[in-house]
Amino acid sequence: MAEQGFRTCSVTGLKVHLPAERLIKANAVTAIIFIAIGGAAALLAALTRWPAVHLLGPEWFYRVLTAHGFDMLIVWIIFFEIAALYLGSAVLLSVRIAAPLVGWVAYILMLGGAVLVNIMVLAGKSDVLFTSYPPLMAHPLFYLGVILFAVGALIGVALFFATLYKARKEKTYTHQSFPLVTFGLFAAACIAVTTLLHGAGIYIPTLLWSLGIIHDIDPSAYRLVWWGLGHSSQQINVTAMISVWYLIGALSVGMKPINEKLCRTAFVLYILFIDVASEHHLLVDPVFGNAHKIWNTGYVMHLAVLASMIHALAVPAGIEVALRKQGYTKGLFEWFKMAPWGNPAFSATVWSIFIFGFLAGITGVVFGNEQINMTAHNTWRITGHFHATVVGGTTIAFMGVTYYILPLIFRRQIWALSLARIQPWLYGIGITMLSASMMLAGAYGIPRRHWDIANFGGSPFAFAWDPTVYIWLGVFGIAALLAVAGGIIYVAVSAGTLLWGKKVE
Amino acid sequence: MSIYPPDKVWWKPIDREEKIWLVIALIWLSFTFFLMPVLHVYGRQNPPALSYRVTPERFEALSNEFIEKYRVLGSDGQPVAINGVPVVHPQPGGDAYIVARAWSWQPILELEKGKPYRIHLSSLDFQHGFSIYPLNMNFMAIPGEDYILRITPTSSGEFSILCNEYCGIGHHTMVGKLIVR
Repeated sequence: MAEQGFRTCSVTGLKVHLPAERLIKANAVTAIIFIAIGGAAALLAALTRWPAVHLLGPEWFYRVLTAHGFDMLIVWIIFFEIAALYLGSAVLLSVRIAAPLVGWVAYILMLGGAVLVNIMVLAGKSDVLFTSYPPLMAHPLFYLGVILFAVGALIGVALFFATLYKARKEKTYTHQSFPLVTFGLFAAACIAVTTLLHGAGIYIPTLLWSLGIIHDIDPSAYRLVWWGLGHSSQQINVTAMISVWYLIGALSVGMKPINEKLCRTAFVLYILFIDVASEHHLLVDPVFGNAHKIWNTGYVMHLAVLASMIHALAVPAGIEVALRKQGYTKGLFEWFKMAPWGNPAFSATVWSIFIFGFLAGITGVVFGNEQINMTAHNTWRITGHFHATVVGGTTIAFMGVTYYILPLIFRRQIWALSLARIQPWLYGIGITMLSASMMLAGAYGIPRRHWDIANFGGSPFAFAWDPTVYIWLGVFGIAALLAVAGGIIYVAVSAGTLLWGKKVE
Repeated sequence: MSIYPPDKVWWKPIDREEKIWLVIALIWLSFTFFLMPVLHVYGRQNPPALSYRVTPERFEALSNEFIEKYRVLGSDGQPVAINGVPVVHPQPGGDAYIVARAWSWQPILELEKGKPYRIHLSSLDFQHGFSIYPLNMNFMAIPGEDYILRITPTSSGEFSILCNEYCGIGHHTMVGKLIVR
């Protein structure tokens, strides 16, 4: 007999608060709609940067690039994270969500902000790219849209904290310790607060500036505060992604962390150190002194990297131990061979760990080195690096967890499971090739955010690159097509499941 | 499992395997961390950290004065320009200016190999990215900041300067030149 307003999950035994479930559904569906929009922009941008195609003209190229950056890095990921926060609080702790109505206010603000930004960008009123560096000026409604989105997301994060507090007060979980997944999401939420405050802190004066109320925005100061939003939001993604690894590990193979204490300490290291590390974006800026740069990107960044190193062992080792307990103990690798590869959530997690570990994190540490940064700053190396982190890491992990959210929250069997099974592979291979080719081309100096590296729009000073870069640009084009195909399958499987998936009782 | 609350006592000692891994991680991280300050002291290439506040108007005036003073004159006594951009031969060991504006780099510096220069880099309008090819060295040109690059060219030839920070619709046409003799 379920309590009123709850149902009991037949797989996990958790009590699911139905208003929380509705909020999770709304945020997840909206996230997937925006990955579809951002993915369309990705395809157009990639086909333009592939010199063999060079599809769009410059105006539309910079326009779709602005939309792609905003829709993917902010809208898709934060909507999904808000869904994950409600899941990690209300569902995992079997508690009522503190205030469902506030959740809907947050949702409407975020949706309104996202739609406003997209309209302003696609109407050609805000060709400022994702960073919107002043003195380039966008339409005031662009900045207003970003602020609405950030405020909505902050309210969602506050609702998460309130729900945790409610669970603690009502003692809905044992021993007064959160599950590890909730703890990780709590760390992500802490980082989200500082990140979104940076966002409000920089976009409110910028909005006033675009309205003519403030005379001047200092470009260097803007860069300092903006990156507290721009990079720190990627740290929310890292932390949420690792929480999702633990979540999928638990659901797919029954994984337990090897040492709770160490895993939790690692999450605390993220909260303490990862935000300041955002200053590596300013390594070749004027204004800041060397000691300042070395402190923030050297000492502080490496303490956050230590946290990633801890998870880098804890997650695969936890999976191995869980599979060995199931009896796959022959030799060194029977557990790996017998892992549930037919489960798209599991294979997505393995791809996420692989790409994040070997392409994303490591290149981030390398490019964050003061001296190497001189050869990497604003080249395609950086773009390759963050496609490995945000797409190869976070997005694939979120795609993986979608294959659990569909049956457990939407309670529908996955439609076209065989397509879903190849999806992480197609997407993972595509993103691996894409990130690697971008970084290799970037090593020759190929700039990011550039419409015409072949002819420089007819500039009389045009020069020829080392022809090797055209090999990597070709690989990039093919990789982009593979990744887009994987993205289309993800959206199609999600939509198909919601429309035609068999209901799970 | 990590989706349920942990056992009552979860602050257990760390296993041997994880300890070994932690030590390896700490050694590697210490290495990559100390590399930065050590290279800073003993290495030969570091990001410059000297900059001054300057208004775009003042920077433009200073750079015009510099261009007038050190313009290269051709055999006919006329100032030399390539594609309309003046060629300037600054005094070795002295100051030189590179001005970024939408969407050009001014002037074309003609430097001497092995001689040190103090190059002043700034922008008169938007943020621009100073990227030199084929060396692939990158610095920011930000309006309001006079960024001092202390550079000694070690190879001769013609180099291209391209903008790698988006600065508006003509961004991709923003290419310049630098010559080392």
